Amino acid sequence: MSPVASVHSLWTVAAGAPGKIPAPHIEYAELSPTLIVLGAAVIGILIEALVPRRHRYYSQLLLSLVALAAAFAAVIGLAAGGFGSSKAHIAAMGAVAVDGPALFLQGTILLVSLIAVFTFAERRLEPAAHGEGASPARTKGRAWGRVDSFAAQPAAVPGSAAEQAAVKAGFTTTEVFPILLFAVGGMLIFPAASDLLTLFIALEVFSLPLYLLCALARRQRLLSQEAAVKYFLLGAFSSAFLLFGVALLYGYAGTVTYAGIAEVVSDGAKQIDPALAGTMGNDALLLIGAALVLMGLLFKVGAVPFHMWTPDVYQGAPTPVTGFMAAATKVAAFGALLRLLYVVLPGLRWDWRPVMWGVAILTMLGGAIVAITQTDIKRLLAYSSIAHAGFLLAGVVATSEDGVSSVLFYLGAYSFVTLGAFAVVTLVRDAGGEATALSKWAGLGRRSPLVAAVFAVFLLAFAGIPLTSGFAGKFAVFKAAAQSGAGWLVVVGVLSSAIAAFFYIRVIVLMFFNEPKADGPTVAVPSPLTTTAIAIGVTATLVLGLAPQYFLDLAGQASVFVR
Amino acid sequence: MSFPLLTVVAAVPAAGAVATAALPAARRTAAKWLALLVSVVTFALALVVAFRFDPGSKSPYQFTESHAWISDFGVRYALGVDGIAVALIALTTLLIPFIILAGWHDADPLEEAAPNRRWRPTQGFFALILAVEAMVVISFEATDVFVFYLFFEAMLIPMYFLIGGFGDRAGGEDEDGAARRRSNAAVKFLLYNLAGGLIMLAAVIGLYAVTADQLGSGTFSLQQIVEARAAGRLHIGTGTERLLFLGFFFAFAVKAPLWPLHTWLPGAMGESTSPVAVLITAVVDKVGTFAMLRFCLQLFPEASSWATPVILVLALISVLYGALLAVAQRDIKRLIAYASISHFGFIILGIFAMTSQGQGGATLYMVNHGISTAALMLVAGFLISRRGSRLIADYGGVQKVAPILAGTFLIGGLATLSLPGLAPFVSEFLVLVGTFSRYPVIGIIATLGIVLAALYVLVLYQRTMTGPVKPQVSGLPDLRVRELVVVAPLIALLLFLGVYPKPLTDLVNPAVDHTLSVVDKKDPKPTVQVDAVPGGGRHGHAVREQDVEAAK
Repeated sequence: MSPVASVHSLWTVAAGAPGKIPAPHIEYAELSPTLIVLGAAVIGILIEALVPRRHRYYSQLLLSLVALAAAFAAVIGLAAGGFGSSKAHIAAMGAVAVDGPALFLQGTILLVSLIAVFTFAERRLEPAAHGEGASPARTKGRAWGRVDSFAAQPAAVPGSAAEQAAVKAGFTTTEVFPILLFAVGGMLIFPAASDLLTLFIALEVFSLPLYLLCALARRQRLLSQEAAVKYFLLGAFSSAFLLFGVALLYGYAGTVTYAGIAEVVSDGAKQIDPALAGTMGNDALLLIGAALVLMGLLFKVGAVPFHMWTPDVYQGAPTPVTGFMAAATKVAAFGALLRLLYVVLPGLRWDWRPVMWGVAILTMLGGAIVAITQTDIKRLLAYSSIAHAGFLLAGVVATSEDGVSSVLFYLGAYSFVTLGAFAVVTLVRDAGGEATALSKWAGLGRRSPLVAAVFAVFLLAFAGIPLTSGFAGKFAVFKAAAQSGAGWLVVVGVLSSAIAAFFYIRVIVLMFFNEPKADGPTVAVPSPLTTTAIAIGVTATLVLGLAPQYFLDLAGQASVFVR
Repeated sequence: MSFPLLTVVAAVPAAGAVATAALPAARRTAAKWLALLVSVVTFALALVVAFRFDPGSKSPYQFTESHAWISDFGVRYALGVDGIAVALIALTTLLIPFIILAGWHDADPLEEAAPNRRWRPTQGFFALILAVEAMVVISFEATDVFVFYLFFEAMLIPMYFLIGGFGDRAGGEDEDGAARRRSNAAVKFLLYNLAGGLIMLAAVIGLYAVTADQLGSGTFSLQQIVEARAAGRLHIGTGTERLLFLGFFFAFAVKAPLWPLHTWLPGAMGESTSPVAVLITAVVDKVGTFAMLRFCLQLFPEASSWATPVILVLALISVLYGALLAVAQRDIKRLIAYASISHFGFIILGIFAMTSQGQGGATLYMVNHGISTAALMLVAGFLISRRGSRLIADYGGVQKVAPILAGTFLIGGLATLSLPGLAPFVSEFLVLVGTFSRYPVIGIIATLGIVLAALYVLVLYQRTMTGPVKPQVSGLPDLRVRELVVVAPLIALLLFLGVYPKPLTDLVNPAVDHTLSVVDKKDPKPTVQVDAVPGGGRHGHAVREQDVEAAK
């Protein structure tokens, strides 16, 4: 038999019994949040293609807001319908979990994205022709144009004539909205993914749009593109690790579903697949595979030693994107990490806990210590986000329901603070765009006390000062860690909090106690969009700090994973 | 439900802070008056608490309020006061109006400064003072460890802005340098206290874990924990208890401040304006010593006994070290700061002597030290604002030019060195007697602190007020009416409490006895019968005169 014929016979055998392939059973209603967002993203692409340029901005903005709000309403509906607790189950043929943590995280991601859309849509900060001649004097007041913080023509080579022409013409890039929606769609699946392949696909669905968004900064195009390339390369590496880990775990368990792997981990392999007879139940595969998958997730989380991309990407990306990434990606990635550790690998707890302890300690201390030397506000916030990832990991290693609920609460609290902080960063500008160098922030408290005070509130929340959401979150996480016997982790946690407090305080000193410089930046007056985003951030920070009980309850009810 | 009096005492200044901060930039004077009014109302409310408080009552805490707050953390919004807390709330609310009056012009914008519609330092200054007051009052009232911790930490932020944002413009030519030193002092203050607070946070979480482990559900209620321990339902392992105690004590020792954690205080007091310095030493730092009494001793009695020897030695070092460094200072405000360190040493000595005289005396000491330091520091502030210098060497012969100022300064100084007849004498005497009855050697060595106190106060007075009139000093005006209004009542109070401290001792003693009963310590049988009310002043008298001799 010729090789061609043998392949042909395989085909005919496979196609021989078409009736035996069951049509997948999809619970559309239960997946509606994701479907709404992804559907809206597709419509957004169509808008780019079909709607005249001058109408695109408003239609895209409206579409994104409506879609995210509708998806959020769907999440609320599902939670109210008991899918967070009694009716929790795994939908879509075992691919996507609909349970408490998933719904809580999806709700958080959707709210965060809703606010991120506000900052994406901000068009009062950049002067229309921001190129040469856009001096602060001209940009003050009347000369504000109508462009956002995204590149006029991303395809143009930085510094080329084509780019300058695009800038002069005041082009804008409305495709950021559908790109954002695609990313959100992936993030919604990521923490709910209940088999390793879905996990991987969700990862790619939200990562690819983020790589793109990072490259789109209107100012400092080279820095932005460099950030995107770094993010893409390192992200591709980590995806490859993850995928390799998935393959090894499949070899170990003979399945990619979380429940199946968990069963093999705890009870051993029952039915040996003949094709995998040599590998199934081999602990080496399990350990290496689990480690590789964890690496992929820890990369997204930004934990030391997989954090190298964070500062560069946070600095180079357009600030609204940075805010969105810092908040939503972290939520999604921690959700996936929690599910993996709590559903797939609880039987391996004694193996991964010491490792995660180490990672948590390294992350807390590393983030806090390196942040001290930063001179750029966006890099500083990037390192601070690393330190916060460490605090979150302290909750993750608690391996208790309290641990899950505390991490959920912390994620909610942290993401609003982050969004608000980056929104403030977009406001502080000089002739070169955003003035992110810390030295330029000197005396900001004298020029615009309100903006500086708001930023100080965010910094204090980052530092975990009582009466802010940061404190409530930190307390919840450390409490869970202490109860699980990780007392020394808590001690390291508070020590690194003390170190971290130093650089947050330094920024406050700079803003309030230093004299403003003559050529310092001005604070732009934003449209109601950014104002709303910042106001929501401040409100959430204070409400979660003063009266966290309702949200702790919510997180507590949502802390059981379905298996 | 009864009227939430304690909440109101704290809520009034908090609301006042918001209202003051909200006034527009041009309404500076209105902001001052509003702040003053609010602080006086708060004092009136505190007096209501003090007069309706029943010292003889059986229950350890009165006016209790308790509401569910964060049930996930086992936190209840639980307030209640014992005699110690009432006395300290009265002190705090009493001092704030004087602090506001004394700082009336401290936060006026510089005349040459460009007008800026948004920058409102005056409103900010008074709003921050009221915010600190609200948080301090809540920390005195909290009977829930978590609630206490929240406000104990949160008060750092307004304090930090008060220290870093407002200077006394006594830096001379070098105003930029002064601003830098000031912001450094503020950062140092914040980092020390934040580090202390965060270590305490670990202990707070540990306490929760222990109670959750043994009582089924975690709790922060002081009373519940104390009762559970007494009933044997809660047993904290020795090692754990010691670690938790150290976590709590570290934070309070930073705040108090105890040697060797004191180094933030001289900078913070020296660089800030004198009303803010009073706020630090007379009000905020008292939370530290108060918390030792209320939380360290009651939550961890065994560990407290275990740590007592070391703490007593540290307190003793504080007493002597603070006094010695005060003698060596060239800067008036830093001198008073080091004197305060010495006094805080006495307070901690009294607390950990674990006798009723010692702890009663320590509580009185907190109140009296607040009043006497306020008097001395505020007069010093008036003096410094006249001359524009903090250096002792820049003064001389002031008493010829401004006799009233010099006189009030002298009385404040004499109170600081615990002259008999003035209030601090009573408390210092009680602390020494209390310490001596259990730890005679330490008591004797601590007496040296008094000798040194006489030295630094009298030398300070001699160098600044007596002698030939220096040319720059010759034109100094005497105290103005506003300044007299600040100083006169404080001095009157010092005299009154010096001869008749009974109202205060009656208030404080039952609470002290309660604390001691929790710690399970009984007074050693006294060899000499000592009454809590001085009339027994004779004992100290001889010593005192020797001191004055020695000082000369």
